[in-house]
Parts: sequence; C-alpha cells; structure tokens
Amino acid sequence: MSATRDGDPRVPRINAAIRIVPDFPKPGILFRDVTTLLLDHQAFKDSIDIFVERYKEQKIDVVAGIEARGFIFGPPVALAIGAKFVPMRKPRKLPGEVVSEEYTLEYGTDRIEMHVGAVQPGERALIIDDLIATGGTLRAAINLLERVGAQVVECACVIGLSDLKGQEKLGGRPLFILVECEDS
Amino acid sequence: MSGSRERDSRVARIDAAIRVIPDFPKPGILFRDVTTLLLDHQAFKDSIDIFVERYKDLKIDVVAGIEARGFIFGPPVALAIGAKFVPIRKPRKLPGEVISEEYTLEYGTDCIEMHVGAIQSGERVLIVDDLIATGGTLQAAIKLIERVGAEVVECALLVGLTDLKGHLKLGGKPVFVLVEYEGA
Repeated sequence: MSATRDGDPRVPRINAAIRIVPDFPKPGILFRDVTTLLLDHQAFKDSIDIFVERYKEQKIDVVAGIEARGFIFGPPVALAIGAKFVPMRKPRKLPGEVVSEEYTLEYGTDRIEMHVGAVQPGERALIIDDLIATGGTLRAAINLLERVGAQVVECACVIGLSDLKGQEKLGGRPLFILVECEDS
Repeated sequence: MSGSRERDSRVARIDAAIRVIPDFPKPGILFRDVTTLLLDHQAFKDSIDIFVERYKDLKIDVVAGIEARGFIFGPPVALAIGAKFVPIRKPRKLPGEVISEEYTLEYGTDCIEMHVGAIQSGERVLIVDDLIATGGTLQAAIKLIERVGAEVVECALLVGLTDLKGHLKLGGKPVFVLVEYEGA
C-alpha cells in the first residue's frame, strides 16, 4: 500500500493501522479493514482531524455517511464542522418517508435510501465513507443528493483502491482520499 | 452531577429533536427516530457532551457500539474520552476472526459479532446504542464482552422505553438513558 497524502506525517500511522484481510468477502479480494484503525485512538483522531481541517472553512451544511462504516467517520466530522449528519441507508432501515436510488452490483442491483426532508435544496454536502472501490455506492449517493437539489462539494474516503478507478464513476465530482492502496 | 439544571435544558432539546414514527416496523409500534436529532447540530452535540461528561473520568478503555445506530453515537464519545471504538456487528460483516453471541427475538434468533482481539481481558468497556427496548441485543453484547474477560462499566443509550422493563434483563449492569419514554 502506498501511504502518502501530500506528505502529511499523520498518514503513515493511519495507513499502518489499517489491516488487510485476504480472501474476504471472497477468494482473491484483499479486504481493507478499518476496524483496526479504530483501536488506535491517536490514528483514528488524526483521520478525523485531517478531514475537519480540509472542510471546516468550506461552509458544508450536511455530512452524508454511507451505511455502515460511513456512520463511524461521518458524525465526528459533522460535529466538528457544525454540519448536520444524514445517514444513507440500505433499504427498509429508515422509518420515515424516503427517496431511494438503485445502483448496479457485479451481479444484480442494490439501493440506498435517505429520508425525505433531511437535505434541503441548495445545501452543500460532503459524502463520507470508509472506502471507495468501484465507486458505485458513492455515485448512487451523489445522485440521491443531487436529486433533492443539494450540491455535492466532495466525496471523502479513508481508503481508495486506485486500481479500480472509482473516481471515474463520480462524473467529475471531487474525491479526497486519505490512504491510496493498489488493489492487488 | 454538577449543573443538573443545565443538563435538563439540553435533554429537553434532545427529546424534542427525536421524531416518533407510528407503525414502524409494524403496526402498533411507535418508532423513536434519532435521525432527526442528527439534523440539529446543537442537540446532537449536546447528547455527545452529556455522555462525555459522564464517562471521561471513568477510565473507559473501549467504547463498543452496536450496529448500526450505535456507530453514530459511539465514535464521537470514544474520540472525546480517549478510548478505542469497537463495532459490534450483524453476522458476516466483520472480515477477520470473530466471536459471536446468539440472542432470542420475538420469533427466532439473531446473532452479533465482535473481532477477536479487539477487546482485551481486564479492559473497562462502555456500550453505546441509540435505543433500548427489550434489552436483548444489549444483553448479548454484554455477554460477548464478558466472555473475553472485559468489564462492562455501563450501557449508555439515547432513548429508553421504560414500559418494556428492558433494564431487568441486563443482569445488574448499570444502564444510563438520556431520554425515557413510556409506551411501546
């Protein structure tokens, strides 16, 4: 795994704290496990601090976090920058009226949902997840937010799998990655 | 606890920010939806601050959050009090070696899991979730944590439904609830 994010001295420790689990969820995949980052308080704090430093002056109204690991990183950022937090969830989890967006998987499709009224037209949104792979889920999240009239300022992920070219799916919306990894 | 009047006014705002959705997930249930609390930055921040004030001097080593809404409230508390965050998840989500605990539902059973090695024997643990109803999930989490030799100091919840007498199931472990409701 490459480590540097503009030479920030905190990034190597964040990188080192992320564990690779081979053959999960299926043979041949090297799964990047952020749960070990969460066991290193300083490294976890540093990852949040880097996001906060980047976004606190950007007038972000909403941090949208993608279920479930986006729920771990999104709220601390939202709290620090004075933004709302909006969970983007798998189907049938949110209790109120929802808007939903379908997206393609390797086999079949999935959906993500957001509560109606959580995000207002014109609001500036930051999307956070732990990892971007193909970018399909992030693209669905962007579509949902734009459908309700929000402006997606950036997508932020702790880990990016550069080989999978997820950024290409984002249609030009900016992407910020803390730790770049090669997929193989 | 100092400043109890100040705490009361914060709790009133937190209470007001939580929406009630009737007949979710099934008829007759009044579902307490914390997502609206997350849209009120001050109230969300206050809820975290109240937990942090309560736990910061209790030498908590680990905050364990129950999937998925425990992932929203647990990490900000963990970051503020200097503790690790450990996600407790539904089956087959965690990539590494896990230990799991089964628990009873109204019909059938379910299971929660934790990574082996995330919590060490002797560590002091705070469990965080958004809501306690029957206490079944929380009791399973307590068992998981005690099985690895750690000590559950307290369970902290945003919302507790007092009528369901959930507290009785937690075997003497203290339960701290920010907002209590009556009725199912």
